[in-house]
Amino acid sequence: MSAYAGHLLEIRNVGKTYGSGPKATHAIDDVSFAVEDREFVCVVGPSGCGKTTLLKCVGGLLRPSKGQVLLRGKPVTSPPEEMALVFQEYGRSLMPWASVRNNVLLPLRHKALGRKERRALVEEALDAVGLTRFIDHYPWQLSGGMQQRVAIARALAYQPSILLMDEPFASVDAQTRADLEDLVLRVREEFAVTILFVTHDIDESVYLSDRVVVLTQAPTEVKEIAEVDLPFPRDQIATKELPDFTQLRGHIYRLIRREHVEPAEDLATATATKGEQE
Amino acid sequence: MNRKAYNAAAVAAEIAVPVALLVAWQAWTVHANDPRFPRLSTILVQFRELWLFSEFNLHVVPSLERIGLGFGIAVVLGIALGVPLGLSRWGRIIAMPHVEWWRAMPPPALLPISIVLLHSIGNRQKVAFIAFFCLFPILLNTIDGVRGIDPALLDTARSYGIRRFERIRRIVLPGALPQIFAGLRTSLSLAVIMMVLTEYFSSSSGVGYVLLISKNTLQLAPMWAAIVLIGVLGYLLNLALILVERRVLAWHRGWRAAVVQ
Repeated sequence: MSAYAGHLLEIRNVGKTYGSGPKATHAIDDVSFAVEDREFVCVVGPSGCGKTTLLKCVGGLLRPSKGQVLLRGKPVTSPPEEMALVFQEYGRSLMPWASVRNNVLLPLRHKALGRKERRALVEEALDAVGLTRFIDHYPWQLSGGMQQRVAIARALAYQPSILLMDEPFASVDAQTRADLEDLVLRVREEFAVTILFVTHDIDESVYLSDRVVVLTQAPTEVKEIAEVDLPFPRDQIATKELPDFTQLRGHIYRLIRREHVEPAEDLATATATKGEQE
Repeated sequence: MNRKAYNAAAVAAEIAVPVALLVAWQAWTVHANDPRFPRLSTILVQFRELWLFSEFNLHVVPSLERIGLGFGIAVVLGIALGVPLGLSRWGRIIAMPHVEWWRAMPPPALLPISIVLLHSIGNRQKVAFIAFFCLFPILLNTIDGVRGIDPALLDTARSYGIRRFERIRRIVLPGALPQIFAGLRTSLSLAVIMMVLTEYFSSSSGVGYVLLISKNTLQLAPMWAAIVLIGVLGYLLNLALILVERRVLAWHRGWRAAVVQ
């Protein structure tokens, strides 16, 4: 698998248009960036800029209208086996009729694995997110943050090389969010995964990543790609007190705020948001 | 009221009200002394003689078989057709007008056709008749249930490369099951109605047949006993279905409570 010498993941001139003719909505105009092996890349942008659409294109759930997504140099046309997606709506992406164990087991059922291996993968993943005790609970018996950890465990058990995360912590409280951020940083090391993480939270993007891709409003382009030279391991207090952190965070804030001040086509933004939810 | 007292009161009320109604009925029939309304005690004696011993195999078993077969066929067909229709917009565009047309057909309207085309309404026609009218509630509820499945769940399954058949088995069917059960409950009571209707219309066995014969020969106690039996059958069948549902959909009650909270 590692024979390919180029980028692990390349988003090349990807655009997405919904509809056609005069009513067409250009959700994404032209987005290009690359993700290297073991890298943690965050994508931030103003709300309604087509972040979810972009991530679905990367994950092979949506076909881009133009351009392509390359995984180890090969175009992605359907969900690749080495990617796992974690959605924002944890409550909706878990099966309420299945126990935590069976939810994590779901993507392993069709993999060529023995019973014991499957069991071990499920238990290892749940251990990594600290939910071993709740293996026989139903998801709806758990708090929101715990449900999202089940979704993360399910993605880890699938043994992907790339983890795609779509605003995974947008609907949990601040303390839980900080815990989950640290959890993701930890499992990234433990499971040696590459992470592409979409968020609208600038602090979160700087805290987590090696690089931040800043997007413009719809029709979306890449505004800037910022390197994050903060030392690892990151710490919720110490890292966020570093001058580099504050400086970078301020820089990205300004980039995105300038976006908002610029007169944008409100209609385009509104319909792009609609498209995102599809 | 604490919980225990509340539950005890609920059970007492559940038993006391029907008992009071039966006592009132007995008192009224004794007082009225009208041959059209035999005494409850007479009906119950008749009930025991007719249904619990001599006629059970002759009449109750065939009726139950017809219900079982007709309902069973409707369940299989309703789910087998409902899942693909729920998943396919084009399938619905093509099929729904037909479904709505046949669904609107009152069951007795089709009885003459069955008689004319097939000369007599035999056992097979009865089963087909029951199955046909039980099909629609199950079919429509399955379609709705499948359509109501959260797209986020289907996207998740797709992103994990879970293939269509496996998606149907692991996500679509369990997700639609609460609504399928709503259809099953409607259909089961329809099955009892259809059973009585077809047997009453043309038959040589079954509970509906006994109802017809006792009416024609003006044997009012057996007629009332047959009516009581039909009520008891409907009640017990529904109870059995509810018990199955409670087992199969235990998660659903918990989930609903959690979501509402």
